[in-house]
Amino acid sequence: MHRKAGTSRRNLLRVCVGGALSLDAAPPEKSKVAIARDPRIRPAGGAPDSARLLKVLDRAMQLLYGLDSPAECWRQVARPGEVVGLKVNCLSGKGASTSTVLVEAICERLAEAGIAQSDIVIWDRLNSDLESGGFRVTSRKDKIRAIGNDEAGYYPELSVYGSVGSLVSNTLVKTCHAIINLPVLKDHGIVGVTLALKNLFGAIHNPNKYHIDAGDPYVADAFMLPPIRQKVRLTICDAITAQYEGGPSYMPQWSWPFNGVMASRDPVALDYTGWQIIEKKRAEKGMKTLRDVKREPAYIARAADAQHKLGTNDPRLIEVLEA
Amino acid sequence: MDRRAFLQTVALPCLAASAAESDARFIVEARFYEKLPYRKIRCKLCPRECVIDDRERGYCGVRENRGGKYYSLVHSRVCAAHIDPIEKKPFFHFAPGTMAFSVGTAGCNVNCKMCQNWEISQFRPEQVTSDYLPPAKLAAMAQQYRCPSIAYTYSEPVVFCEYVLDAAEAGHAVGVKSAVVSGGYMQTDPLKELCRHVDAIKVDLKAFSEKFYKEVVNGELKPVLNALATIRKQGTWNEIVYLVVPTLNDSDAEFKALAQWVKAELGPDVPLHFSRFHPEYLLKNLPPTPVPTLERAKAICDAEGLHYVYIGNVPGHPAESTYCPKCRRAVVERAGYTVKAMHLNRGKCQNCRQPIPGIWEV
Repeated sequence: MHRKAGTSRRNLLRVCVGGALSLDAAPPEKSKVAIARDPRIRPAGGAPDSARLLKVLDRAMQLLYGLDSPAECWRQVARPGEVVGLKVNCLSGKGASTSTVLVEAICERLAEAGIAQSDIVIWDRLNSDLESGGFRVTSRKDKIRAIGNDEAGYYPELSVYGSVGSLVSNTLVKTCHAIINLPVLKDHGIVGVTLALKNLFGAIHNPNKYHIDAGDPYVADAFMLPPIRQKVRLTICDAITAQYEGGPSYMPQWSWPFNGVMASRDPVALDYTGWQIIEKKRAEKGMKTLRDVKREPAYIARAADAQHKLGTNDPRLIEVLEA
Repeated sequence: MDRRAFLQTVALPCLAASAAESDARFIVEARFYEKLPYRKIRCKLCPRECVIDDRERGYCGVRENRGGKYYSLVHSRVCAAHIDPIEKKPFFHFAPGTMAFSVGTAGCNVNCKMCQNWEISQFRPEQVTSDYLPPAKLAAMAQQYRCPSIAYTYSEPVVFCEYVLDAAEAGHAVGVKSAVVSGGYMQTDPLKELCRHVDAIKVDLKAFSEKFYKEVVNGELKPVLNALATIRKQGTWNEIVYLVVPTLNDSDAEFKALAQWVKAELGPDVPLHFSRFHPEYLLKNLPPTPVPTLERAKAICDAEGLHYVYIGNVPGHPAESTYCPKCRRAVVERAGYTVKAMHLNRGKCQNCRQPIPGIWEV
C-alpha cells in the first residue's frame, strides 16, 4: 500500500482548467533518507570513536538538508529558545540502545546551532531504561537533562487517534517544542522492526496494549496522536550496530556492524528503508522474510495511507542518499 | 558543547542500581508461564499467550520478563481499596447484605473501550499510587472491618492472580471468603487453580459476539465462554454481568443467543445481570443505556427460561430484587445496593420452600 500523492495546486489546475493551460508535469517531491557510514567508526569493535561518529552525523545531515555546514543544517531543525527533546531507545540496555556517543554528537551540534544545554532533554520511558543505556538521570534545569517518563509523568488528558487512546509523556507535551527521534536499526520480535515510528511508543503510557496484530494499525495510530505528530521534526537512526533477528533485546549473534547513521524528516520513508536493510541482511544470512515469519511491519504502509499521511513507503518516492 | 561536560552530565560511566529495586516487595515469580530459548518466555495465564522478550512486559503491563524469568509486579500492590456492599460487585446470591473488603491492582489483560476504571486498569503499576498490602494483612483488615469476604475487583484479578491465590488462602485461615470480579479471559489451568482457592467468581461477559470482543474489548469471546463452563464444572459459585452498550451489543438476537447458551451450558439458575452503560473512556459518543433496553433484555432471557435475571445500575428498579422462580414472591428485596428484606430460610423460599441457589450465609 503506497500513499497516494495529494492534490497540489498544479494538479488542481490541470484537473480544473484542462487544456486551457499547458503545464509541465512535475514529479512529486521525494522523501530523502540519508545514510552515512564509516567502516572505522568503531575501532577494535568497541565504543564508537566520537570524532568519526561526529563526521558521519555531519555527512548524513548535510546530505539530508543539502547544506554546506552542519550548523546550518541543525538551525533547520530547531531555533534558539526552543526546548529540544531527544527520544532515545534504551529499553534493551547497552548493546542495542541509542549510543551515548551519538547523543553526545547531536548535543554538540545543537549547541553550535544556538540551543542552550538547559534546553536539551534526553528522554525515554523509564529512568532505569536511560541508566541501562548509559545515561545519567538528571532533572537539573541548568544542564542537559535526562529523564524518564516515570519521573516526568504523563499529561493527564487522554489523547486519542483511531485505535489508540493514551496519555502522552509530559516531556513531549509540556517540556519540549521539538523532538528528535533517535531509534536503533533493529528487528522486533512482534512488530517486525522497531525504528522511527515504533520508537514513539516510548512516549505513551500504555505501549503494551498496542503490540497485538504486529502493531498494525497501532504503531501508525500512536504516531498520529496530535502532540507526537506535531513535534517530531527529525529522525536520526543509530545504525552503528544493527540487528536483524531476536530484537528488541540485544542479541550479539544476530547483530552486525552497519557502522552508520540514517537521517530523515519522513519517519515512514526511514522505516521503509531500514526495514529493507534488515530484510537484505536476513536474506544474506539465509533467514526467512519478516512476512514469512508473520511479522511483516504492515504498520509502515498504514502510516503512509490516506488516513495517516505520515510519509511515504513508496520506493519510487524515496530518495536514498548514501555517503 | 564540551564532551567532557556531556559525559559528566548525562553519560553514565557504569550502570546505576535500578530504581525498580525499591519495588522488590511487590515482585514474585509468576505461576503460569513457560521458558523459551534466548531468555524469552510465553505467558500461560491468559489466552493471549504473550511471548515476551527479556526486559519486556506482556499485554497486561504488570508482568515482566527479567533475564528469562517471568515476574508479577503487583503482588500485594494495591492501588484501590474500599469497603463496598457485595451487591455493588454485583453478587446477588453470595453473602447478600454484607460488605466486601474490595481491592485491586493496576493492569488488565483486555482494553475495553467503555472501561469505568481505565485510570487503573490501563496503567502500569508504577504509574499509579499503590500501597503494600500483603495477604495476611489484607485478611486481618477484612476481619477488622467486619467484612466476611474479600473482593478482588476494580481492574482485572486475572493479572494479579498470584496475589489472589495467596490472599484467598490467608483469608480462609481466618474465616474470610474470597470473591473474584473478572472478565474471565483466562486459561483453563490457572482458572481451575483459582476455583480451588476462591468462593465465588463473577464474570463480566462483555457481549455475545466475537465482533464486539475484537472491536470493543480487544479480546475474544470463546475463551470467556470456556471459562464460564470451567467455573461451572469446578462448582465455584458464579454470576454473570452483561453491560448493555447501546447499538453495539443490544440486539434481540444477541440476548436470545446469550440466554440459550447460558441455559444449555450453565443451567437456568446462574444469575444474569443486565447492567446499564454510562459513557466513559473511549466510548463517550454513546448515550447511557435506555432502561427499556435493559427490560427488553430481561424479558427475552426470562422467556428463554432463565430463573434469575436482574437489571443493574438502575437504582430502585424492581428487577434488582430476587424472586422465587416457583411462587414468584420476592425472596431478597433490594433497593440500590441495600438489601431491604430477606425471605429465605436456609436457602429456601420462605413461602413455598423452593431452594434458591447461592451462598446465602457466610
